[in-house]
Amino acid sequence: MLDILMIEDEPNIAEAVRFILTREGWQVALHGDGLGGIEAIRSGKPRLVILDVMLPHRSGTEILAELRNDHDAGLAATPVLMLTARGQATLHLPQADAVLAKPFANDELRAMVRRMLN
Amino acid sequence: MPFEALVAGCLAYVALMFGVAFAADRAASQGRVRWLDHPVVYTLSLSVYCSAWTFYGAVGYASRSGLEFATIYLGPTVVFTGAWWGLRRLVRVARMHHVTSIADLISARFGKSNRLAAFVTLIAVIAATPYVALQLQSVSLSFEVFATDSLTDIPLAGGGGTALWVAAGLALFTILFGTRNLAADERHHGVVTAIALEAVVKLLAFLALGVFVVWGLADGPADMLGRIASRAQDQGWILKPDRWTALLIVSGAAIVALPRMFQVLVVEAADEDRLGTAGWAFPAYLFAMSLFVLPIAVMGQQLLPADANPDLYVLTLPAQSGQNWLAFLVFLGGFSAATSMVVVCTIALATMISNHWLVPLWLGLRRKPQGDDPEDLRGFVLNARRVAILSVMAVGWLYYQATGGTTTLASMGLVAFTGMAQVLPAMIGGLLWRGANRNGAYAGVGCGFLLWLAMIFLPSVGIGSPPPLPAGVDPLAFAIFLSLTVNMLAFIALSIFGMPDPVERLQGLSFVSAVDPIRHSRLARGADQAEPLLVMARRVWGAEDALRFFRSEAAFQGKSGYLPDLTPRFLTRLERRLAGSIGAATAHAMIDSVAGGAELTVSDLMEVADEAQRAKEETQRLENATAELARTARQLREANDKLTALSVQKDAFLGQISHELRTPMTSVRAFSDILRTPDLSEADRDRFAKIIYDEAGRLTRLLDDLLDLSVLESGQAQLSITPANLHDLIERALSAASATRPERVFRVDREPLDEYVAVITDADRLLQVLINVIGNARKYCDAEPPVLTIRVRRNLRGGAQIDIIDNGSGIEAGRQALIFEKFARLNDPARAGGAGLGLAICREIMANLGGEITYLPGQGGAAFRIVLPRRPPVPVDAAHRLRA
Amino acid sequence: MPDRPLFLERASFRRRRLGDAARVLPVLAALAILVPVWWIPARVSFAAGAVWLFGLWAALIAAVWALHRALRRADAATLRASQAIAQDDDHAL
Repeated sequence: MLDILMIEDEPNIAEAVRFILTREGWQVALHGDGLGGIEAIRSGKPRLVILDVMLPHRSGTEILAELRNDHDAGLAATPVLMLTARGQATLHLPQADAVLAKPFANDELRAMVRRMLN
Repeated sequence: MPFEALVAGCLAYVALMFGVAFAADRAASQGRVRWLDHPVVYTLSLSVYCSAWTFYGAVGYASRSGLEFATIYLGPTVVFTGAWWGLRRLVRVARMHHVTSIADLISARFGKSNRLAAFVTLIAVIAATPYVALQLQSVSLSFEVFATDSLTDIPLAGGGGTALWVAAGLALFTILFGTRNLAADERHHGVVTAIALEAVVKLLAFLALGVFVVWGLADGPADMLGRIASRAQDQGWILKPDRWTALLIVSGAAIVALPRMFQVLVVEAADEDRLGTAGWAFPAYLFAMSLFVLPIAVMGQQLLPADANPDLYVLTLPAQSGQNWLAFLVFLGGFSAATSMVVVCTIALATMISNHWLVPLWLGLRRKPQGDDPEDLRGFVLNARRVAILSVMAVGWLYYQATGGTTTLASMGLVAFTGMAQVLPAMIGGLLWRGANRNGAYAGVGCGFLLWLAMIFLPSVGIGSPPPLPAGVDPLAFAIFLSLTVNMLAFIALSIFGMPDPVERLQGLSFVSAVDPIRHSRLARGADQAEPLLVMARRVWGAEDALRFFRSEAAFQGKSGYLPDLTPRFLTRLERRLAGSIGAATAHAMIDSVAGGAELTVSDLMEVADEAQRAKEETQRLENATAELARTARQLREANDKLTALSVQKDAFLGQISHELRTPMTSVRAFSDILRTPDLSEADRDRFAKIIYDEAGRLTRLLDDLLDLSVLESGQAQLSITPANLHDLIERALSAASATRPERVFRVDREPLDEYVAVITDADRLLQVLINVIGNARKYCDAEPPVLTIRVRRNLRGGAQIDIIDNGSGIEAGRQALIFEKFARLNDPARAGGAGLGLAICREIMANLGGEITYLPGQGGAAFRIVLPRRPPVPVDAAHRLRA
Repeated sequence: MPDRPLFLERASFRRRRLGDAARVLPVLAALAILVPVWWIPARVSFAAGAVWLFGLWAALIAAVWALHRALRRADAATLRASQAIAQDDDHAL
């Protein structure tokens, strides 16, 4: 089963996060665009979604809202970690389970993911 | 005079005409039209009325029928005494509608119907062909006079070779100066100036001959009158009241209805005010041309053998008396008369044939989507005109060869006059009577045309004969009265019992009340996109003229850029300007097809009529104030829209900066942490270090851009102004920009010769702009294969403009105003690497250099225009330092 | 401003009468050319006719010239008058 699905358009950040989390033993899949993000979640059924706020075509908040309204109650409850580069102003995202501001410390990311998966 | 000398003199004269036409066209293209537009030039150009028929034929006519010849010049004189309210109004209305020919006028008045225009064109072509043939005949006859040295056995059609040369030369002249470009108004300064000069030559020649005849051959005016009085027993000279009246009417009609006269009188007129001068000056010209006709006729009959051709008295009299130079001058006069008539007539006919036959046919045959072939229509129209010119000339020459020439010059002229006179009732009715309608026009012109064909035209070419008439009734006068009466009755009857369609009623109002026409406002409520219209206008006028027109219309509305709102005023003006190039009917149909106009209904019409009525009642001052208010309102609205957009952007700005800085920072921080992991493979370590390096570079670039922008915006930028060559700069920009998406192979369409323009500017800054724009094209152009077009033009007031155009899908109209704003590309899916500051920086650089960069809509792809001034403005503090 | 309407009326009155003259002139010209030929064709077909015709022609040209000059001046005067009034109005505002 897929542990983590990451939706992030910046290839370098995506690679860094995957590298960090894979070394912890989790299985990580990537999706690079807002478009098709929700479909990727539905088909991958990950235990955790890491979602960038600023995505091309569809923003992370839009994807999150759609996920929360999914008719499959199990899927709708998937824990979501949001990543944002827009500073403190956007840290308040009620539908997200956790929010992490960029740039972040790798330990911070690891700890947060570990807490959310367990 | 030896024949070779004659030919040489003739060629020199022709070369002079080409030179004059060329110089006038050049002057006009440089905007020096003051003397070209002078009323005297206009008046002289009207003298194209006096063709070879006048020059040679009037004397022949007078020797056969006495004073009757004068009707041909008295008719126009009567019409011109009414110039102030009659012709001025015709010219005003025609200019208002940018009418291109008499067929176009009729078509525009009667609901922009092209079929009607095509029909009028048919009449014009049938009537004019023998007339053109006649001019060719007169030139070759006059050559024969010099070639044979005999006064009596001059073959009528011996000079087929001469006529061919003349026709070919005239075709060349007409094509060169008559189809140079497809302007928004059909004026030909070169041609008009050349025929004005020819008018002077033919008048001087005729007056010189007259003075020689009256004071050289006869014994002054008193003796001359005595000689005329001695003809009292000649029954042929007794004036016939019915012919006298009919010919006055027909010649009065001809002065406005003949295609060539309509061309010089209406189409080539800059405005109606010049008729104030022409009103008396043109009758004076006709007076001077007629004054010596009777004396020359009488002297010719008395001095020359009885079987000499009276149509050639003007040449044979001086030749007989040993006055070779006078004979040569007269020859040049006759040559001028014939050539100027043929040239103007051919231009007028070619315009009608191309606008009303060929272009509608072509547009009807190929129903391709718009804009697939941007230059096609303009080229087609010009080529259609060239083909039409060649055809008219060729048919005229063939007609002359086939008929072997006619024996009297006068009869063919009258055939053309009476034919075109059939159009006059519809024209005058259309100008004076709002009730006149299209069916009436068809019926009137149709009946008149058939009667003319049966009773005048066909008998004149030897087919059939006029119906038998009781003795004492003149067949020509009878045919004229009958055809015009039936014409008018049919026109009035069908107009009374018919109902005009809405477009017709709208045009009728505009023509009869001489108010600006209003295009129905339906269209304005439909699509709000001016861009397809710009694309269409470009197909007709070419890019530069179309952009200039759209920009000035947008500026009038108080908008910046090239895309005005589709107000009724704008659509009306666009349609009329297009009509000036391709005729009213086609312009109307094209705008409808592009902007998707719906059928006009009667309720729309009522609305428009109300609008028109109100507009008429408003005083000029009120109109100006309203226009000014509307303009201000639009400016305010645009400013407000921009402010709103800006404040939204301002809010977003800090968020943007934060985002743009944090994103590379995230990668740097994450990977530098990862690098501290002990068991990394060497390959991973290298890759991660490179990522850190690249992201740090991206951060630096962003900070550079931000700093650059703030320096430029504050006007504190240090410019190093040097002379530079645009060709080199473009070359460097192309090679520097090729690093962007190197896998895309662009075809670059340039005109290197035009690029050698020296400018005084900051070359590095300009290069930065060029690289940015070209780089953008490489990044975003999605066409396959991609083509980049670069065009450089020198501006009239110094400086230059550079257009950079790709063939991709361009930028949608709604975003065109925003692309030069900071971070404009933020929500753009294709944002590839940069932060979206490139075009904002370009705009600031160009502002600092005293120029501008704008987006050009409607070019078939993304298109940017970079405008450079002659030199950058001197900064305030630098100027201050210089003074101190 | 008591003299304002008087001034305008005078200029425009003169302008209108000249306009009437411009409309009548072509009718007069046509009559002068047509009537003698219908009335006494034989007498106007030769020398006398030529003198009459060209004399009439020259007179017509002179008449049109004078009329157009007068019309242009009258137009200019009307324009000046209305501009003067427009200026007065501006001052009044």
